[in-house]
Amino acid sequence: MATISMTVNGKAVKRAVPDNTLLSEFLREHLRLTGTHVGCDTSQCGACVVHVDGRAIKSCTALAASLDGATVTTIEGLANGDLHPMQKAFNDNHGLQCGFCTPGMIMSGVDMVARYKAEGRELTEAAIRHELEGNICRCTGYHNIVKSIQQAAAEM
Amino acid sequence: MSDGIGARVKRKEDKRFITGKGKYTDDIRMENQAYAAFVRSPHAHAKVKGIDASAAEAMEGVVAVLTGAQLTGDGIGNLICGWAINSKDGSPMNMGPWSALATDRVRYVGDAVAVVIADSQKLARNAAEAVVVDYEELPAVAHADRALAKGAPQVHDNAPGNLIYDWGIGDDAATQAALKGSAHVTELHVTNNRLSPNPMEPRSAVATYDEAEDHYTLYTTSQNPHVARLVLSAFYNVAPEHKLRVIAPDVGGGFGSKIYIYPEEITCLWASMKTKRSVKWTSDRTEAFMTDAHGRDHITTAKMGFDKDGKITGFHVDTVANFGAYMSLFSSAVPTYLYATLLSGQYDIHNIYCNVRAVYTNTVPVDAYRGAGRPEACYLIERMMETAAREMGMDPAELRRRNFIQSFPHQTPVIMNYDSGDFPGNLDKALKAADIAGFPARKAEAAKRGKLRGIGYSCYIEACGIAPSAAVGSLGAGVGLWESAEVRVNPVGTIEILTGSHSHGQGHETTFAQIVSDRFGVPIDNVSIVHGDTDKVQMGMGTYGSRSGAVGMSAIVKAMDKVEAKVKKIAAHVLEASEDDIVIEGGEVKVAGTDRKMAWHEVGLAAYTAHNLPAGMEPGLKEGAFYDPVNFTFPAGAYIAEVEVDPDTGVTKIVQFTAADDFGTIINPNIVEGQVHGGVAQGIGQAILEQVVYDEGGQLLTGSYMDYAMPRADDVPFYTIEHNTTVCPNNPLGIKGCGEAGAIGAPPAVINAITDAIGTNDLQMPATPARVWAALNAARAPMAAE
Ligand code: FES
Ligand code: FES
Repeated sequence: MATISMTVNGKAVKRAVPDNTLLSEFLREHLRLTGTHVGCDTSQCGACVVHVDGRAIKSCTALAASLDGATVTTIEGLANGDLHPMQKAFNDNHGLQCGFCTPGMIMSGVDMVARYKAEGRELTEAAIRHELEGNICRCTGYHNIVKSIQQAAAEM
Repeated sequence: MSDGIGARVKRKEDKRFITGKGKYTDDIRMENQAYAAFVRSPHAHAKVKGIDASAAEAMEGVVAVLTGAQLTGDGIGNLICGWAINSKDGSPMNMGPWSALATDRVRYVGDAVAVVIADSQKLARNAAEAVVVDYEELPAVAHADRALAKGAPQVHDNAPGNLIYDWGIGDDAATQAALKGSAHVTELHVTNNRLSPNPMEPRSAVATYDEAEDHYTLYTTSQNPHVARLVLSAFYNVAPEHKLRVIAPDVGGGFGSKIYIYPEEITCLWASMKTKRSVKWTSDRTEAFMTDAHGRDHITTAKMGFDKDGKITGFHVDTVANFGAYMSLFSSAVPTYLYATLLSGQYDIHNIYCNVRAVYTNTVPVDAYRGAGRPEACYLIERMMETAAREMGMDPAELRRRNFIQSFPHQTPVIMNYDSGDFPGNLDKALKAADIAGFPARKAEAAKRGKLRGIGYSCYIEACGIAPSAAVGSLGAGVGLWESAEVRVNPVGTIEILTGSHSHGQGHETTFAQIVSDRFGVPIDNVSIVHGDTDKVQMGMGTYGSRSGAVGMSAIVKAMDKVEAKVKKIAAHVLEASEDDIVIEGGEVKVAGTDRKMAWHEVGLAAYTAHNLPAGMEPGLKEGAFYDPVNFTFPAGAYIAEVEVDPDTGVTKIVQFTAADDFGTIINPNIVEGQVHGGVAQGIGQAILEQVVYDEGGQLLTGSYMDYAMPRADDVPFYTIEHNTTVCPNNPLGIKGCGEAGAIGAPPAVINAITDAIGTNDLQMPATPARVWAALNAARAPMAAE
């Protein structure tokens, strides 16, 4: 067992969990934050993307114990009060259908927009599609996801 | 009404999904919940000689290890296929036994032999590894053509030669004769690749047995919870319907794969009774590839004849369909009544014959996947048209035009009666939107960059709005395919719609509210949609086959008709007017031509206070209806793909994709276009990326996203979507359906474009870079030798 302290969505949490607990399990099963989804077992689909210390990572691929002391933001913690521009953009552009990939898409979208902004690079359509390499959606054909991220990039 | 029919309303359901508050089955946790892990066969075919669970049972946290012998001993029935198909000679299909947990023989990799119930998922999975199964391996067969070969391993004892049925439709002799007299005959040999549906949410089930009430509750990832309850009750003897509640909460996509009732749900229900614990099972992706029903997997040889003017004279088709190891719930209908009946395509063809042989193999069962039979038909016809046009030196658009059906209703030689459409109009719209005139310049520009640019068409038709109950009953269906709805107007005027349709991405909470808003003038926020729970919704057949609009909404309309009639009676009574003079407009119930009126909510209140109702009228304002369609609906369209092939690597880039669809009435264009986007992406996936691979011995080689190529964002372009609407004459809203079109129409357009680019027709799906490169170089080889 490992005792893990983290700041999750602005709140300090502390749990004793088995050593092999993945961050996705820690969030879903121990903290009951079920907005983070698990869609695969090979780190490919991105349904599980969260922000750890400001960077997007696949929570299914990180051991919770290795992130003791980290600051984690999940889809539940993205908005403070109003919707985040990325969340709003997904609603505005019909960027989701079944919603299962959506938390990961939104968390990846926020991360890519922030990174490109910080680096002063233009987030083109091609760049968005390339950046979404690790996020699979089976419903939308990506059209409206790309549009959503384009809109949010303009607003963020 | 701005929220009514045709409005681009933003989805009401989005809020919970974009904030992480969706409630999917795996998000549910019951008190005292245990976890199931299945012990699965690593062999494609083997005898089960013994199961030693003692080590697993001794592990800490293990509640029970349960086997097939116990399951059948408790009277749990075999899984069944619900659509009876007879062979040409009249003999019934050969359905082999399928137990939720195999007892004596396993028939595919992943076939479950036992289940471990434990306190945590990890414990259950570890203990499942510790169950020792004594297998005696048997020879296996994985591919349909091999299964029919002499001496092939036999999957089921009651299906000699692995043949499930040998079925035919149409006039064989007349079609053969027509081909003989043709000026030109095109012959094609095509495979329709085996696919894994891959909704992003893996299947999951949470079963609870309430001992005091002798009652079961199942949360599950289902497209049709009432069908699940019916089948679990009537065929698998889990519990009678009044003792079983099935809830399908938020469901993360289905595409057909969540229609069926799988061994895992049956086992969880039974195990919850055995262990007196809630039992949860959630598939991981590898398990999903191994156990979710696959789609397609046809091998077809076909001939199409043409007269000297390019008119089709006859179409002769011979198909072998791989069903996998067991007959899944609707498997038998897919390559017959959902495939062969669409072989007339958009064309006026007088002679069609299709023979279908369905075969067992040692692979996971195959059933309906988005489009189900219709993509296979469309792919064959549209590859045929394009290939024939090339062989005859004709413009492929012109060849299609010469053969388009122009007047409706149109009876095809293969059962279907098309009710409406505008096939030339669809094609014109697509050609214009795709800027066909500019193609030669784009091709020349691509050539300068060293790229081969090609263009391909596909004119698809599908049969949706599944389906008229008596008609499908006469064709062997074990169920009726109506839909039901209830409209409850509350005393304050807000409205609840209870529907048997199920939304797992389709946006019913928005579109269904729109038709209510359109009719009664209430804002969509005052309408809520209740679905997915057999305790709340009276009955339902669920969502598949693009039926929620054409059938599900029609049931709502019928219930609204009854509500409207009662509203008018109440208002006429209160306002002392004639019922015929009452109109409902802008949220008010008025006497036409006067200023006398009631607000919508005042009528609701009057119905429930019942202080002043017409003599003899029952209080309340709630009506239900069942709607049984009178015909299938026939969405149709024209798709154009434009591709660039890199001749050095064989990599294909889809550079442009244009869709012109006729879906009948459109309730919400955003949602309809979203359905096309998603369907087209799946079609592109089938065309160039996706393929389930079993080796000769039946080992699954594509068990993860590392091996099975899903379409990703940079595999697809922005799509251009056009609508060319003709209203469906056979249902109240004029809806045809839009859920499957993209997956049906896209594959042939893409392959026609690639073959145009590389100058050879000899290319099978998925057109991977290796295949494209090989085809290109095979086509070039004779030139090089010259
Ligand atoms: S669940 Fe993490 S990448 Fe798929
Ligand atoms: S919205 Fe369903 S997987 Fe993306």
